[in-house]
Amino acid sequence: MTIAFPPQTSSSPPGLQPEGWLRYLSFSLDHKVIGLQYMVAGFFFYLVGGALAGMIRVELVSPISDFISRETYNEVLTLHGTVMIFLWIVPVVNGAFGNYLIPFYVGARDMAFPRLNAVAFWLIPPAGFLLIASYFIAGAAQSGWTAYPPLSLTTPAAGQVVWILSVLLLGGSSIFGGINFIATVLKMRRPGLKLMQLPMYCWAMLGTSILVVLSTPVLAGTLVLLSFDIIAHTGFFNPALGGNAVVYQHLFWFYSHPAVYIMVLPAFGLVSEILPVHARKPLFGYTTMVYSILGIVFLGLIVWAHHMFTSATPPWMRLFFTIATAFIAVPTGIKFFNWLATLWGGKIALNSAMLFSCAFIIHFVFGGITGVALAQVPFDIHVHDTYFVVGHFHYVVYGGTVFVIFGSIYHWFPKFTGRMLNEDLGRFHFLITFIGFNLCFAPQHWLGLNGMPRRVAEYDPQFTLMNQISSVGALLMAVSTLPFLINVFWSAFSGRVAGDNPWNALTPEWLTSSPPPVENWKGEAPLVQHPYGYGVTPGQIDLGAATGREIWSSGQ
Amino acid sequence: MTAFSPSSDQSPSNTLAPPLREGSAPMAQVATENGHPDHRMFGLATFLVADGMTFAGFFAAYLTFRAVNPLPAGAVYELELILPTINTVLLVLSSFTFHRAAKELRHDQLGACRLWLLITAGLGLAFLGGQMVEYFSLPFGLTDNLYASTFYALTGFHGLHVSLGALMILIVWWQARTPGRFTADHHFGVEAAELYWHFVDGIWLVLYGILYLL
Ligand code: HEM
Ligand SMILES: [Cu+2]
Repeated sequence: MTIAFPPQTSSSPPGLQPEGWLRYLSFSLDHKVIGLQYMVAGFFFYLVGGALAGMIRVELVSPISDFISRETYNEVLTLHGTVMIFLWIVPVVNGAFGNYLIPFYVGARDMAFPRLNAVAFWLIPPAGFLLIASYFIAGAAQSGWTAYPPLSLTTPAAGQVVWILSVLLLGGSSIFGGINFIATVLKMRRPGLKLMQLPMYCWAMLGTSILVVLSTPVLAGTLVLLSFDIIAHTGFFNPALGGNAVVYQHLFWFYSHPAVYIMVLPAFGLVSEILPVHARKPLFGYTTMVYSILGIVFLGLIVWAHHMFTSATPPWMRLFFTIATAFIAVPTGIKFFNWLATLWGGKIALNSAMLFSCAFIIHFVFGGITGVALAQVPFDIHVHDTYFVVGHFHYVVYGGTVFVIFGSIYHWFPKFTGRMLNEDLGRFHFLITFIGFNLCFAPQHWLGLNGMPRRVAEYDPQFTLMNQISSVGALLMAVSTLPFLINVFWSAFSGRVAGDNPWNALTPEWLTSSPPPVENWKGEAPLVQHPYGYGVTPGQIDLGAATGREIWSSGQ
Repeated sequence: MTAFSPSSDQSPSNTLAPPLREGSAPMAQVATENGHPDHRMFGLATFLVADGMTFAGFFAAYLTFRAVNPLPAGAVYELELILPTINTVLLVLSSFTFHRAAKELRHDQLGACRLWLLITAGLGLAFLGGQMVEYFSLPFGLTDNLYASTFYALTGFHGLHVSLGALMILIVWWQARTPGRFTADHHFGVEAAELYWHFVDGIWLVLYGILYLL
């Protein structure tokens, strides 16, 4: 490959932006720096949210509320949900990987609006600290991450107002990010690159960002009204003052069902990048993948009331939302089978990235099936607000998205830092995460089916054993972060040097140095029209020549 | 060494094409700002979609209240029609005057453009004044009942948008006094303020329809 080096015209005058590690603490405009800022901040909040989850699981080891008081338990579970969703999953799976990868994938030197991008990131730390500080100062909100009125109107006001403020800031950050992704994917593609040639993660982020732009503002408006109810004693959602609490639920879920796709669609995209590389095969069914994403975006906007089957929803509404929800299984199923077909007959390298991705597929199918079951009214009426729902969404959010985040870190760490993560530690990390996760959340389905309500600090003693098993699983999950953290810190300084393209991948982020230079490529941006061209040109990849393990180690 | 190396793995169509740079032929038709392609209008339009969804949420809430939450006996909620109708006319008119201002600018008539901008801002401020008069003459307050609260929330949120829009217009009007700040084909500030103003105007028409006419 011979590349001519045209004279560099740097857009940001040198000297204005700090160099070295300091730029990670600065208002940097570089999309790669911002991506890693999202990543590290997100991981910090993951540890916070994990500590909160630990408190929940310790409390639930015994049927009585002995470890923390009931009020504290409510605060802890509210903070746990809010932190994990708004400060860990959404920022990392969108902000971190999106900012890092999308400009590469469209062949651009940065996002469409670099300054807006930095603003979007820097809204997150203050919002996060505000939220956490509320626990220590006035007592945190107690009404769960859903903040349903009238509960959110009767629990202590100060914590709830801070919660609203924090979520508004995070929503704003998310909207700014979404606008940026849409503009970057649609407007910043290098000449000659067509939409249908983009890596799948671009489509996933486009779909996600459409959901963000269409639904997050509705949540923001709703929370403003909720704050009026709390502060000014208006009665929008307060039945005691003639208001309507169910309207809040509709508006909330109009955001929050799409929000589950905001959390999982980018993970779909990331998996679609990882599988072809480590299976040495083209992504199966590119076109159907694209239309599935668009289908999920559309259907995702019209299924929200499946969260409200016990909120006196009229029969026609139940019927419509059950059917619409069942339809989502179609595009989701298409994606699932496409991933399987991608793996089928490939030279699979069972490295950490691949292991986490395969576990994602398994968990997501399971969580998807319980999801479709939950959308059936007669079943949902029995298990709504029980641990069955908790089991369902942890299978999709943790077993799905968080597993993909870890897989993606193993996959892209060499690009981020120029060094490889240690594979043995990585597989060890995978093993305990996988066991711990399933041990923690599989029993919760049983608990829910047998009637254990969620969000309560105490439970019937007959549920003790299952809860203890679940808590042991949680302990394993907590332990599993240790090998990961050790791996990251050790490898960042002393890991094996990765080189530009350790996986022999074809997507554009690998066609530059590791870590990449400011503005992504020294010289011209490559035009990658076949990001999954593994083996499509006969003679280039010899599938018979090596086992997956050899192919994988050939890249080392 | 197995069958692939990064270069042999490279399928032939993954080629290197000229850099994405200002001035290179395929990008020439895209306006640039500080050497980067300028997509600010696109970004603003996307933002307005988001902003519109906030209003859509409010409208949906209001219409649902109308459908299922009757006004309790004894609660006061009455609106006059004359003042808001005058206000509607003012706001619609201001969309046309802004359009006129932008047209003058495209014909390089900076003076006329500034005059029409000022008229537009005046109409916007008149609208806000009318809104204030209405607020003070209404027989109900913010927390009197559900409809009263909804009325103030909706018109207040819209009024906030009008205030911001009027401020934007006054800012571009002020900036336009420097010759060369806005040219016939390079005037993002004016364009942005115009799009925003039409948006605010359109939202008002929906509000007027569902709050006063329905
Ligand atoms: C594959 C299709 C899916 C279907 C059909 C589905 C269906 C459902 C249904 C019907 C409920 C309501 C249960 C109840 O409260 O009684 C629910 C809850 C939930 N789902 Fe899913 N789901 C799906 C995928 C997902 C995904 C991908 C995520 C996140 C990434 C997710 C996250 C959640 C969450 C967080 C809740 C609980 C919300 C709460 O009440 O706090 N679901 N799901
Ligand atoms: Cu849902």
